Amino acid sequence: MAGTGDAHLRAPEDVLLRVEHLLVEFPTGRKGQKVNAVTDVSIDVKEGETLGLVGESGCGKSTTGKAIMQLPPPKSGTVVFEGRDMTELEGEALRKTRTRIQMIFQDPISSLNPRRRIEDIISEGLDIWDVGDKASRTKKVDDMLLTVGLDPKVVRGRRPHQFSGGQCQRISIARAVVTEPRLIICDEPVSALDVSVQAQILNLLEDMKARYGLTLVFIAHDLAVVKNISDRVAVMYLGRICEVGDPNVLYRQPAHPYTAALLGAIPVPDPNVRPEDRPLLAGEIPSPVSPPSGCRFRTRCPRADQKCADEVPIMRPINEADVDQFVACHHPLAPGEALTPVELAGLAS
Amino acid sequence: MSFADEPSSNGQALLEVNDLYTTFDSDRGKVQAVRGVSFNLQRGRTLGVVGESGSGKSVLSRSIMGLVPPNAHRTGSVRFEGKEILNASSNEMRSYWGDQMAMVFQDPMTALNPVLRIGAQITESLHEHIDLSKEQASGMALALLTSVGIPEPKARLRQYPHELSGGMRQRVMIAIAMACGPKLLFADEPTTALDVTVQAQILDLLRAQQAERNMAVILVTHDLGVVAGRADDIAVMYAGQVVEKASARSLFSAMRHPYTEALLQSIPKLEMPSHSRLQAIGGRPPDLVDPPAGCKFAPRCPYAQENCHAEEPPLIADPNDATHLYRCWYPVGTPAAVPAHETTVLEGPAEVDA
Repeated sequence: MAGTGDAHLRAPEDVLLRVEHLLVEFPTGRKGQKVNAVTDVSIDVKEGETLGLVGESGCGKSTTGKAIMQLPPPKSGTVVFEGRDMTELEGEALRKTRTRIQMIFQDPISSLNPRRRIEDIISEGLDIWDVGDKASRTKKVDDMLLTVGLDPKVVRGRRPHQFSGGQCQRISIARAVVTEPRLIICDEPVSALDVSVQAQILNLLEDMKARYGLTLVFIAHDLAVVKNISDRVAVMYLGRICEVGDPNVLYRQPAHPYTAALLGAIPVPDPNVRPEDRPLLAGEIPSPVSPPSGCRFRTRCPRADQKCADEVPIMRPINEADVDQFVACHHPLAPGEALTPVELAGLAS
Repeated sequence: MSFADEPSSNGQALLEVNDLYTTFDSDRGKVQAVRGVSFNLQRGRTLGVVGESGSGKSVLSRSIMGLVPPNAHRTGSVRFEGKEILNASSNEMRSYWGDQMAMVFQDPMTALNPVLRIGAQITESLHEHIDLSKEQASGMALALLTSVGIPEPKARLRQYPHELSGGMRQRVMIAIAMACGPKLLFADEPTTALDVTVQAQILDLLRAQQAERNMAVILVTHDLGVVAGRADDIAVMYAGQVVEKASARSLFSAMRHPYTEALLQSIPKLEMPSHSRLQAIGGRPPDLVDPPAGCKFAPRCPYAQENCHAEEPPLIADPNDATHLYRCWYPVGTPAAVPAHETTVLEGPAEVDA
């Protein structure tokens, strides 16, 4: 993680979104201190792909999503969408570009205006950009409500408080998709929902993606959810990316010790798996105001040595042809290698 | 753990809950949050209570502890060490709270008092229940903070909740709950607000404290993964009722209730390849003001037959395992369970009626 570099990026002409060396800082305190929210993060997404951004609270995953939207613009770095750098756009041009990127937020109820009717909430983007005439907009809204599984005749005139969390998230999806975006940034869209509803919404997102040819950036802390929906996953820790790859490979064979620890901490719904047999990460995430030098995970990593304190690890491919997996670590786990019992004890101490 | 209908093997159960009902008055009518729950819990054992929002799992633990608002009506029986406490007044319950039974809540930020130092919050129940000098109490607070794995415990005693991280606050909550050595601990979604790595730490801490004190724990959660490795027995709740109850092993190896099965199937698993279609449960839980006749899960159940909608199934024991209880006419994995129609779509259209 603590990593830098962009070996994991694909050719610029092949991707819809390419974010390079993103840096986001927030001022804090009186002494000119700053929160290093996102430090030198590079990611890209191909058309039709879903990129999962995963990590614990405070790792900068949501900030990355918002910085792509220029909310607020990053301190430095580039965000190239459809071949144009969004960090250089302002005013009308930026607003126009943003119609092709939409967001879906975590809390479905507070992200809908409680005083407005559902039809107005969904058609707002269309109204602002004067898409078609009134009748065609109404038709579009009704079609979209049907697509997300709500009956327009019943739902249209109601207000958000009359709906459950899952229904509100359906409305949020309708609002995001109705303007015909190419990219949707989903910021923890299912973490406030019960598991049964979560499955409905994940399936709906997959359906919408197929139907409208969408590209997704899916931000979440739940690794199983991220794997389910993603083609590629980037694991973040304390503002940097540790590991990027195909989730089917990365979950089976994590190369970064942090990824391994994170996977090991997930409770498994199987009483035969005793929790005490699995790696446990001790301690807590350090403050982003004064992050550790070098690799940011080194203070909790059983493999850390002097090099990890001195040098920021650079993203590099795992030594295997055609395996989509990149890691930013000085001492990654080799394929087939797991953390040793001594190292597991090191994690826990 | 054992069940109400089964004589306990090693003497009297610590907690015996019998046919507990909790109803709230509301503008729309009576909300039947808990409907006829019975179980026994022995010392040192962990009962996992699993359910989704609105299943009544949190109201159940609050009803047992007597932490319910004035508009709640409880009937049935709750016996703690053989003594009936359901109708005890708040004054009588004060001798139980903290001392005999304690609770760790979901959100440690709102459960801690923001304007009191950590030390004062830990010693509060010590002073309430034990005659201690100030020095003795603060010495105990220090020992408690050390035992829950808080670094620099001495400095923490003088800090306020906002100065601690979420995981540290939850450790403080546990220290407060442990202060008087309760015999029964309610942990109500103790890790839902925490990251997975911190969740594992907190659950391990709870287990260590439980083993050390031979404490009984009721672990309430929506996450089957959390209880699978950590509860001796698991009760699955739906619409205020226990719909299935068994040892953790038996529950996961021989799931009987269609809701339990559907709940487990709807969770994305790490070992599933990406883009696996999830088996969502269509529809929504029933309205607890006016619940449907018959089985409460029938409207969403792929196995439901006609009589499921008309007649409520009783909680019965599995013919092969008397400790495995379920509330279903056509339990999964038995010859009785035939999908109602071959083409049943688990993932129905979303509740269009809103």
